[in-house]
Amino acid sequence: MTRRIGYGEAIREALDQALAADPDVMVMGLGVPDPKGVFGSTLGLQEKHGPDRVFDIPLSENAVTGVALGCATTGLRPVLVHQRVDFTLVSFEQVINQLAKWRFMFGGRLSAPVLIRMIIGRGWGQGPQHSQSLQALFAHVPGLSVIMPTTPSDAKGMITSAIESDDPVVCLEHRWLYQIRDEVAIDRYRVPLNRARVMRSGSDVTLVGVSYMALECLTAAEMLEGAGVSAEVIDLRSIRPLDDETILDSVNRTGRLLTVDNGHVVGGISAEITAMVVERSFDQLKAAPGRMGFPDHPTPTTPSLADGYYPLPHEIAEAAARLVGVGQTFEPGELGDRRLDQPDPSYEGPF
Amino acid sequence: MVEEAIADLYPGQEMRCPVHLSIGQEAPAVGVCHVLGDQDLVVSGHRSHAHYLARGGDLGRMLAELYGRASGCTGGLGGSMHLTDPEAGFLAATPIVGSSIPVGVGAALTAQSRGTDQVIVVFLGDAAMETGVLHESINFAVVRNLPVLFCCEDNLYSVYSPMSVRQPASRTIHDLAAGHGIRAAAGNGNDVEEVVSLAGEARAAIRSGAGPFFLALSTYRWREHCGPYYDNDIGYRTPKEFESWKANDPIEVLASRSAWTGREEATLVIEAEIRQAVDFAMASPFPDADTPLLPASEV
Repeated sequence: MTRRIGYGEAIREALDQALAADPDVMVMGLGVPDPKGVFGSTLGLQEKHGPDRVFDIPLSENAVTGVALGCATTGLRPVLVHQRVDFTLVSFEQVINQLAKWRFMFGGRLSAPVLIRMIIGRGWGQGPQHSQSLQALFAHVPGLSVIMPTTPSDAKGMITSAIESDDPVVCLEHRWLYQIRDEVAIDRYRVPLNRARVMRSGSDVTLVGVSYMALECLTAAEMLEGAGVSAEVIDLRSIRPLDDETILDSVNRTGRLLTVDNGHVVGGISAEITAMVVERSFDQLKAAPGRMGFPDHPTPTTPSLADGYYPLPHEIAEAAARLVGVGQTFEPGELGDRRLDQPDPSYEGPF
Repeated sequence: MVEEAIADLYPGQEMRCPVHLSIGQEAPAVGVCHVLGDQDLVVSGHRSHAHYLARGGDLGRMLAELYGRASGCTGGLGGSMHLTDPEAGFLAATPIVGSSIPVGVGAALTAQSRGTDQVIVVFLGDAAMETGVLHESINFAVVRNLPVLFCCEDNLYSVYSPMSVRQPASRTIHDLAAGHGIRAAAGNGNDVEEVVSLAGEARAAIRSGAGPFFLALSTYRWREHCGPYYDNDIGYRTPKEFESWKANDPIEVLASRSAWTGREEATLVIEAEIRQAVDFAMASPFPDADTPLLPASEV
């Protein structure tokens, strides 16, 4: 049985059900029990499960990451929440030197089942230090699973799986996804951490979208359909490990690949996907693979500059059409009452 | 004696990992671990051999680890700087200074949440006082009233850098810690009986629910920061300073004060154990080339 709920509510439900199912699960992070509840994703959890299992922390992300590791290696299953990816950077020492290597460097005698959630900002002037999307940094490190669920349904299922994983998982959640709603099962369920998902079938070009860009790819696919181009859209979901098979299966049918990352192009996941496809399916390619993502500079704050920072559906459609050999241009979608720095008109400042 | 054996064997170039020997710093490890209960846990840093052994870590598996063998305590994946023996109560050591401190605090959070009466000992050095994570960790332990004993071995040097370039002379290590609201004390880290006394009181207070405790113990590293040799000739410290600390050898301090009978017999027993451990290590195979190196869980 399903019903339509939002992304934050789906995550909240995953956490709530995990806390209820397993007394070893705990949720910690700055603002976790506050009145906003990390965009709703932790609302009411402390009231229901108690302050010993769901709690706020000092502003000490590095130590608290080590604390989460210490809890995990002695039997608990902590979930650590950061309101922005950027805030996680002060804990990179713990994440990379300790968490990612914990099982390895102790010869499998110790493990580190920690889930770290972090949110990617966009719009309303989030700027250089509140809108970074650093999945490629995490994905570079062996020992970490890196996930970016796009739909509320996947968010619930993947977070449920991540909490049950015996190894560390990093989950990056795009702030704008909190605005979307989806059919989500009421019961507890699991979505694998290593599988991409085909969102839309097509035969001319494969669009691999990362996080929010998967939704932009869907919109682009609709535009392309109007131009007679059949686009297949893959929601990557799992950044590490990459689901090579799902991507290759699609590219082997379409012969064309356009990766649209929610992150910088240079040194990014799009490079990894492209390299993998070129190495393994070179002879199936009908055109050189394309890549889109963030430009090679930090995010500007003013909307007049930030508006051009993110790939937009009509730009994705044009790039895909070029791969197919169709020189079509596309008009930007109707914005209606919203500006480009809003996912919809209900999304207002300060967040 | 184990460390001296390692120092003797190390030039053979078969222990192919960095070693940070504990010679001269035995008393904090032995004194603190002496007062611990079976369920208590110990966390340490790069200079962890004494902590591992004092906690009862398996000697054969430690030496096998230094020799990179499959029977090592981490199967050859970690080496000297990544010792573990969870069954003995030695949870983990990792070498980035300060980095293992919050892990011990996390273990204490588990103990608190499960209502055990475990105490977690976090060994650190004087240079860890200069890391942010140490202060974040003490603050966290105080805020949540966690059962942690922070034990700082102050050996005066961070590699070759003396205290004078790292911390103000007007401030003591335990005063700095106490600024976080943690109960703190300082003692002679070359006097094992004093360490036993201080650590015993600290552990009892922690178990009574009084929250974490910080213990600063002055001691001295006899040999080079990393490796088997003495390095008093390279100029960062004086032979005179070394000799004064050597005259304060924690083992001789203890021997001079108590009627220690049976020292010769004990020495023979330990020598035999070391020989047996070295033989075990040398007889153990290296890990197979096809050993799975990142046994990830499947979800």
